[in-house]
Amino acid sequence: MTRIAPDRAALQEAVLAVLRRTAPEVSAASLDPLRPLRDQVDLDSIDWLNFLVALHERLRVDVPESDYGKLRTLDDVVGYLAEKGAAAA
Amino acid sequence: MIEFKLPSLGAEMDEGTLLEWRVGPGDVVHKGDVVAVVDTSKSAIDVEIWQDGTIDALRTGLNEKVPVGTVLAWLREPGETPEHVEAERRRLAASAAAAPSAAAPVPGVASGAPPAPAKAPADVSSNDAVAARSAAGERRHVSPAARVRAEALGVDLARVPGTGPDAAVTVEDVERVAAARRSPADRALAMRAAIGAAMARSKRDIPHYYLATDTVLARAIDWLTARNAARPVTGRVVMAAVLLKAVAIALRSFPDLNGYYRDGAFVAGAGIHLGVAISLRQGGLIAPAIRDTDTLTLDELMKRLADLVARARALTLKSSEMSDATVTVTNLGDQGVDLVEGVIYPPQVALVGFGRVRQRPWLDGQTIVPAPVVTVTLSADHRASDGHRGGLFLNHLDALLQDPARLDEATR
Repeated sequence: MTRIAPDRAALQEAVLAVLRRTAPEVSAASLDPLRPLRDQVDLDSIDWLNFLVALHERLRVDVPESDYGKLRTLDDVVGYLAEKGAAAA
Repeated sequence: MIEFKLPSLGAEMDEGTLLEWRVGPGDVVHKGDVVAVVDTSKSAIDVEIWQDGTIDALRTGLNEKVPVGTVLAWLREPGETPEHVEAERRRLAASAAAAPSAAAPVPGVASGAPPAPAKAPADVSSNDAVAARSAAGERRHVSPAARVRAEALGVDLARVPGTGPDAAVTVEDVERVAAARRSPADRALAMRAAIGAAMARSKRDIPHYYLATDTVLARAIDWLTARNAARPVTGRVVMAAVLLKAVAIALRSFPDLNGYYRDGAFVAGAGIHLGVAISLRQGGLIAPAIRDTDTLTLDELMKRLADLVARARALTLKSSEMSDATVTVTNLGDQGVDLVEGVIYPPQVALVGFGRVRQRPWLDGQTIVPAPVVTVTLSADHRASDGHRGGLFLNHLDALLQDPARLDEATR
């Protein structure tokens, strides 16, 4: 398993916690961070939007619609948020 | 005095178990207030009352399983004199004693279940009434043992009516509520059975016809993208909401597709209340209604949709949402299917289906261009409409989706 920086690990955990609000069955162990999220978790368009709204609530990052395509894997999401200056509180 | 009866809770719900009273004798209620929580095989439903008045007496007790149409409570109407109330009480008690067999069947609900056993016409015990008033929000004592037990069993104390002294909540009260609760596995099985029964009945009773049409969504997508780009994530609208709005507006011109088929005749719905088919994470399907969908702005509709999806998944829906849908829309686009030939929810007469939006070669004049296309389907009851009408409806829907800005403005 690849090692990731502690603050990035915390951010990943925060993202997973938010995801679990919509998909309670998700866990760090079950999710492959390098495979597309929507292949592993059943998320429809409203679930996805709710996930982004919750991320915004928790991490204060607004994701424009034009960036949705960049957020395919969990790794993508964490990387994107980190770049935008998000830090797990 | 009015008899407040258990309303229909959806096509496949013929009975429910009274889990909780939110009001007690003497409480003033208003249209739309949630007065009780009833458990069906699918979920706990908040039952709303549709009249103003004062609760005179509770007629169904906690944990009683009763058919739809059973008298739950007696309601005094505003302005009734005490003498009138007394006379009414005697009349209602007498009629309850005289006809103790199954409550009047609700039209459109074919009851396959045997009638409920005769109930004694007495008022619900004063204990339950006192417990109800306490559950309605006054502070009440919860014994330490009850608190510990509630924690261990995962019971929400706010939902436990107390039967101890001064309506205190006891360990037995907590255990009773826990026992009445269904396990997720039970609920899943019960839900499967309910869906199966409704769908079997639909296929047996409703002569379905099916129509499909491909609609180009380029204009709608471009318009929505531009609209969403100007908004933060909290203000964005999904395409599913746009499609719902379009269906609602289209139905204004096709009242023969919006309503119920009952007792050999079609009855047009009083409003356009779209049922939204929502899949549940634990398996199963529920299709609660958004009332007066055609009168909502797109932003209002989006909020209602998101809220409905959240509550449907948490299984905290209201009785009006379960029974009011006049047409159902099923959108399986996110699941990746091209089209859905859906099964109508009785007693409705139509179901509109959307598949996924996919890029297809399309002819623009003599040129082939890529276009985002969605296949829209209509399943309809041949007793209420013919293919010609169905076809006109789908064409009208297509036309509406070519002018999304106007769709946003149409509310009245």
